[in-house]
Amino acid sequence: MSFTTFPLGGIHPPERKELASAVSIEVMPQPQRVVIPLSQHIGAPCKASVEVGQEVKAGEVIGTPEGFVSAPVHASITGKVTAFTSVLMPIGRMVQAVVVERAANRPDEAWQPAEDDKDYLKRSPDELKGRIKAAGIVGMGGATFPTHVKISPPKEKPIDAVIINGAECEPYLTADHRVMLEYPESVIEGLKILMAILGVTKGYVGIESNKPDAITKMLEAAKGSNIEVRTLQIKYPQGAEKMLIKSILSREVPAGGLPMDVGVVVQNVGTANAVYEACRYGKPLIERVVSVTGGGIKSPKNLKVKVGTPVSQLIETCGGLKPTAGKIISGGPMMGFAFYDLNTPVIKGTSGIVVLEQKDATGSDKFYNCIRCGRCVDACPMGLMPLMLSLFSEKGHYADAKDYHLFDCFECGSCTYVCPAKRPIVQQIKLAKTQVKP
Amino acid sequence: MEAGKENKLIVSVSPHIKSSESVDKIMWTVTATLLPTFVMGVYYFGPKAVIVTLLCIIGSLLSEYFVQKLAGKDISLKDGSAVLTGLLLGMNMPSTLPFYIPLLSSFVAVAITKQLFGGLGYNVFNPALMGRAFALITWPRAMTTWAQPIANFTGMDAKTTATPLGILKEQGLDKLLEVFGSKMHLYSELLLGHRAGSLGETSVIAILIGAAFLLLRGYITLRIPAAFLASVAAGAWVFGGKQGIFTGDPLVHVLSGGLMLGAFYMATDYVTCPTTKKGQMLFGAGCGLLTILIRLKAGYPEGVMFSILIMNCFTPLIDRGFRTEVFGAKKKA
Ligand code: SF4
Ligand code: SF4
Repeated sequence: MSFTTFPLGGIHPPERKELASAVSIEVMPQPQRVVIPLSQHIGAPCKASVEVGQEVKAGEVIGTPEGFVSAPVHASITGKVTAFTSVLMPIGRMVQAVVVERAANRPDEAWQPAEDDKDYLKRSPDELKGRIKAAGIVGMGGATFPTHVKISPPKEKPIDAVIINGAECEPYLTADHRVMLEYPESVIEGLKILMAILGVTKGYVGIESNKPDAITKMLEAAKGSNIEVRTLQIKYPQGAEKMLIKSILSREVPAGGLPMDVGVVVQNVGTANAVYEACRYGKPLIERVVSVTGGGIKSPKNLKVKVGTPVSQLIETCGGLKPTAGKIISGGPMMGFAFYDLNTPVIKGTSGIVVLEQKDATGSDKFYNCIRCGRCVDACPMGLMPLMLSLFSEKGHYADAKDYHLFDCFECGSCTYVCPAKRPIVQQIKLAKTQVKP
Repeated sequence: MEAGKENKLIVSVSPHIKSSESVDKIMWTVTATLLPTFVMGVYYFGPKAVIVTLLCIIGSLLSEYFVQKLAGKDISLKDGSAVLTGLLLGMNMPSTLPFYIPLLSSFVAVAITKQLFGGLGYNVFNPALMGRAFALITWPRAMTTWAQPIANFTGMDAKTTATPLGILKEQGLDKLLEVFGSKMHLYSELLLGHRAGSLGETSVIAILIGAAFLLLRGYITLRIPAAFLASVAAGAWVFGGKQGIFTGDPLVHVLSGGLMLGAFYMATDYVTCPTTKKGQMLFGAGCGLLTILIRLKAGYPEGVMFSILIMNCFTPLIDRGFRTEVFGAKKKA
C-alpha cells in the first residue's frame, strides 16, 4: 500500500526507533531540585514572580509572561525557591532560571487537579484559550512557540483544518509514539478542543507508517468524530509543518509564509495532550514525556519528567552512559542541539535526549570540495540548491546566497546528511543567515 | 558532571548523523563498475589494451601527485578520482598507441584540466575527455588507427581497420551492412563489442552492466543518459536517412561509437554536468543534438567527445538559468 508524502526531496536515515519504541512511559521520581528556565519558548522571556526563600507549590506560577508572544512558567515541584541562576541551553543561549528545592524529609507533593470539568468542549473558545494560556503550553515538538498565540490567527486568515503532527520523523525519538499509544484519547480530545477553539470541522492526525500500533490506537480513539488519522510514507523531514501540510492536504505554504496562510494550524502530539489536560483539569505544563535513547545509553526509556530536571538525572535513571557514548543531543540527531553541559534542565520543548556512540556521531572538521554531485539538490525538501548556499557562504558572498533563497532553508539537515564531501552545509547556511538581512 | 571534561563529548552543530557515502566510495565504485568494460577491451584487443590503460592510470596518478606536491596541497591519490580519470581516458583510446601518448594525455587530463583549475570539483571540463581531445588533435593519425578486434591473444598485430561509424561516414550504411552481413548481425556485433573502436566503447552490454549498477545504487540518474540517447536516436531517425527525413536508422547510431560510454560515464561526471533535474535533461539533450550534428554534418565520424566538452562550457550557465523551483514559490501563470 502506498501512503502519501511530500513530493520534493527528503531522505531516509536509519530510524533506530526500535531502541525505545516498545518501552512504556515510566514516571520518573520527583527530583530533589529543579532548575526552571524563565524562557522556554520563542518570544519574550518571563519575569520571575517569586523571591528567594519563598515556598512554592507544584503548578504555581513562578514566571509571568512579558509581551504577547510568551507563556507563563510554573513550579514543577513543591518546595522552596533557593536561588536565581543562569543556565546555558543547548541552543547556546544563557537564560535566567529559578531553582526550586524540596526539603529533604518532605514527601513528594505532586500536583493534584483542583477541578474536573467534563464539559470542556462546551466552553467558549476564549475560555478554552485562556486555560491553555494559563497552563503555559508551548509547541512541544521542539519549536516551543506559545500555543495560545498559534491558535489566535488574525481574522483575515480563516482556518479550516487542524493537524496533529504525529510524524515523529527524527530518527531515534519515540516520545510522541508512546504518547499516542498510551494516551490516544487525550490526544484526540486535545485535537477536538483545538478544533472547537478555531471553529474548524475537520481534524487530521498524520502518522508515519512505521508506527502501526499507534495508528490503530488513534483510529480507535477517533472513531465517530470528524478526525481523519492519516498514514504517511516514512520520509524525513515529514514532521516539518510545511511538509506535513503538503503530505496531508496537498497545500503548499507560500515561501516565507506560515501554515495559517493556507488555513491550517499544526500542533504536536504532546501539545495536544497538554491542551486536553489543561482544559479539563487545569493542569499547567510542568511535565512531559522525553525519550532517552540512542546506542550510547545503557537502557533506553521513555520518561515522564518534571520540567527543570537536570539531564544528568535522566541519564542516570536510564542506567548511565556506555563507555562508547560520544555525543549527547537535545532533540533528534537531524535538528537537535549537542549538549555542552549535562546539568542543563529538561524544558517544555525537550522531546528527547539522544546519546550517540562515538562511531555514529559526526563531528569531523575535514571536508572536501563540493564535487557537484547534486545529491543535496535532490534531498532538499524546500527545492533549494544547498551546494550554492554552501559555496557562497564559504566564500563570504552572503548576498548571493540570499538570491538562492537562503531564508527558505529551515535547517532540516537533509543536504548535509547526504553530502559525500561531508560539507558542513547547514553550518554554513546558519552563518550566512547571520550575515544578511532576510 | 561537566560534559567535555569527563566524557570528552563531541559538541558540533546538527545534523549529528551523516550518510555513509563519501567521495572516495563514489570514485572507487564507479571505477569498479568499469571493470566489465575493461575486461571486454582486453578480450578484444589483447595485452596492448592493458598496457594503454595502465599507462593512462599511472600518468594520472603521477600528474596528480606532482601538481599537488608542487602546490603544497594534500596529496589526494586515495580518493580514487585520479585512477578513475586514468581508467576512463584509457577506455577512450585505441589499443595501437605508442607509450607516450597515454602518458602525455593523462598529464593534460589531470594536471592541466583538473588540478590547474582548482582540483576535484572545480574543473570546467571533463578531464578524461580533455586528455583525449588533446591526443586526437596532436596525433590525429595514431588516434584513429584502430585494431581489428581479435577475440584471442594470438594476432596482436592484426591489421587495422575502420570503425563502424567511420565506414558509415565515408561509405554509407549499405557498405556497413555489407561488411557485417545483415542488419541483425550488425546490431548484435555492436552489442557484444566485436568491432573496431576505443577500448571501452566496443561492448554496449558491458557498459550497460556497469551503468545498471550505478543507476541502482543511485550514483547516477537516467536524466542525462536518457536525454542524450533519445536525442541522438531522434536526430538519426529524422536526419540520418538517404531517402530524406524520417528515414534514418536510429539504432546504428545509438549502439556505435562512444555514445554509450559517453552517455553513462562521461556526460554524467558530477563535476562538469548541471546539478538540477531540468538542467541535467537539457544538458543531455544538448550533448545528443551536438553529437548527431557532428556525426552527420561535420568532418569527424564521431562527435560524442566534442559534444560533451562543448556542453561542459554551458554547465555553469545552465545551472544559473535552470534553478530548482522553490517550495511554495508563486507558480507563474
Ligand atoms: S551533496 Fe555535497 S558534494 Fe554533492 S553537490 Fe551537494 S554540496 Fe556538493
Ligand atoms: S537544511 Fe536547508 S538547504 Fe539543506 S535540505 Fe534542509 S531546507 Fe534544504
